[in-house]
Amino acid sequence: MNAIAPNAPHAPRPAGKSGGVQRPGGRGRRSSPWSWRWSDRLVLACAWISGIGLCLIAGAIVVYMGYRGIQYLRPNLLFSRPSVSTDQGSSGGFLDPLLGTLLLTFIGIALALPLAVCSAVWIAEYGRPSWLARVVESSIEIVAGTPDIVIALFGLSIFQLGVFAPLSFTSEGGGVYGRSFVAAGAMMSLLAVPPIFAASREGLQSLPGHLREAAFALGKTRIATIRRVLLPAVRSNVATGVTLGVSRIIGSTAIVLLLLGETLRFDTEGGVPGVNLLRGTGSALTSYIYDNSPAGEGAAPQKAYAAAFVLLVFVLVLNLVVDRIGRSHANAMGATVAGGIV
Amino acid sequence: MLERLRRPWPDHRAERTLGAVSLLVGVVVVAMIVFVTIRALPIFQHNGLGWLTGNGHVETQIAEMQATSVHPPPSAFHLSAWPLIYGTLITTVFAVAFGLVIAVLSSIFIVELASPRLRNIAIPVIRLLASVPSVIYGLIGILVLVPFVGNHLITAQQKTSVQNTIELTGAGLGVTVVILTIMITPIMVALTCEALASVPVSWREGAVALGLNPLRAVLAVTLRAVRPAIVAAAVLATARALGEAVMIQMVSGGRFFTPNLSHGISVFFYEPLRTLASSIVDYHEGIGAPALRAALYSFALLLLFSAFALSVGGYLIKLPLRKYQTRG
Repeated sequence: MNAIAPNAPHAPRPAGKSGGVQRPGGRGRRSSPWSWRWSDRLVLACAWISGIGLCLIAGAIVVYMGYRGIQYLRPNLLFSRPSVSTDQGSSGGFLDPLLGTLLLTFIGIALALPLAVCSAVWIAEYGRPSWLARVVESSIEIVAGTPDIVIALFGLSIFQLGVFAPLSFTSEGGGVYGRSFVAAGAMMSLLAVPPIFAASREGLQSLPGHLREAAFALGKTRIATIRRVLLPAVRSNVATGVTLGVSRIIGSTAIVLLLLGETLRFDTEGGVPGVNLLRGTGSALTSYIYDNSPAGEGAAPQKAYAAAFVLLVFVLVLNLVVDRIGRSHANAMGATVAGGIV
Repeated sequence: MLERLRRPWPDHRAERTLGAVSLLVGVVVVAMIVFVTIRALPIFQHNGLGWLTGNGHVETQIAEMQATSVHPPPSAFHLSAWPLIYGTLITTVFAVAFGLVIAVLSSIFIVELASPRLRNIAIPVIRLLASVPSVIYGLIGILVLVPFVGNHLITAQQKTSVQNTIELTGAGLGVTVVILTIMITPIMVALTCEALASVPVSWREGAVALGLNPLRAVLAVTLRAVRPAIVAAAVLATARALGEAVMIQMVSGGRFFTPNLSHGISVFFYEPLRTLASSIVDYHEGIGAPALRAALYSFALLLLFSAFALSVGGYLIKLPLRKYQTRG
């Protein structure tokens, strides 16, 4: 859709196929930007510069990180566990942070998905009483607008309560440490709820009414319609939302720093395998990058670059997935563009 | 029991269950407000709202909070956090101001000027810019931009001009604002683009028929129609900028300092600072000390409150602008 007056024969068109700047004296009477007032030309130039500039910045970041990644990433970094050492040669790779990121993502999505989808279904299909629906919607908006550092502090304050003592370390004096994979994952799920909710609700609301009517006519109940007809129909929207949620989770640093305990390796707690991992502390890629940058104590920029490259590859892949889902499903486009970035 | 659950649910029970699950998010929000407020309460008890001002010396106050043990004396709770609030305000204001201009211009570029092919490249690329994790921005900032600014842009003369008050290393307001702008612009571009694309073409055609040149028509008609979306975009971007913690902690220099315009405009942009969110990251390891914990939670409460105020404010600004209702 070339937006500027494609049909009006005498309308000036700066946006031809060659872009915004047009040759003066083309066919017919067209005002070329060269005949405009200088201020208009300035605005036009600024629009081009800022649009192209943003793309160039994004390209520069990807190219630079790719260059550094190829320079520093070695397979043994990916597959060896980190260890504490003053010598960078023997301090290992980032297998544990990598697995930590995956584990956090898994916990976060496992908690967020049912919550967000149920809310979206309830809002879109029931939504009574309406004031309650409004409350739920605004709560999700508030969660979406809350900085992740605040969510992290909130998480620390609840998981240090005595009730949640089984979920993390308990110190000698009975103080609850409050930092574990469960704690961090639970707070991560709050990051993933808003995008999943937005995408699912948008999908449900854009479904044509006759789908529901046909199901009702066959004698299905509302909830059966939702389960058998509506939810399968919005699968791709939910997938978009989940992908966006995942990219928020793997990129969040503050929650990992405050709630995962910042131990380099998995540090298990208790004897039950699996559960001890969840109760224990560890690290994720983001905190590994932070700790190895000059801002943390590690000061091993090569490893920070290598880990950042891996993280960026994850993000790129997730972006491609969102794009693919969006393209294969015209309905999801709205969710992709709108909910996409937020 | 299990048998009952497995049978198809009657509608009213399904409705109630779904509603109850949905309300969980509301419960979480209430809990968040309550918990953060309770933990921040000691600061309010000892300072009232006075901790928002700059009457004391925040650096020594925080040091004292860290030093006190489990039972801090009341004097340990004294706080005057103005330098942090000031740091948060100027980084946010600069970043949102620059970002808004860039975002509106590049949305016009994407929707109105770019050829479809260029647009198909630009949209995913800008979306990628929005999803790059903040720690990667921070890493590039601290390893590339900060040394560059410190070694090549700051002159020796500028360093000596303020050497008695602060050391200029390159990390500071300028780098922070640049990276923050890059981080928040894509969010605004996304929302503005969507709104611009939904304005009926005929409105602009009408303006062109009346003799405006096409760019003027876009500025006067289309942009006017999407003002609510621009406000929404700015609100969202401001919220993001206020809460950005890790990136700012990495590139802002991390000093309790208020960049001072009287040092000259370029030195101003080189001076280090600290924001509310970045000091939470800086001091989270000392959170065992009750006084420091109360201080950090009061920063969090202020951020939470600003996020609220922003969304309410944005809503109020948008109300009178909704005259030309397009989508969103």
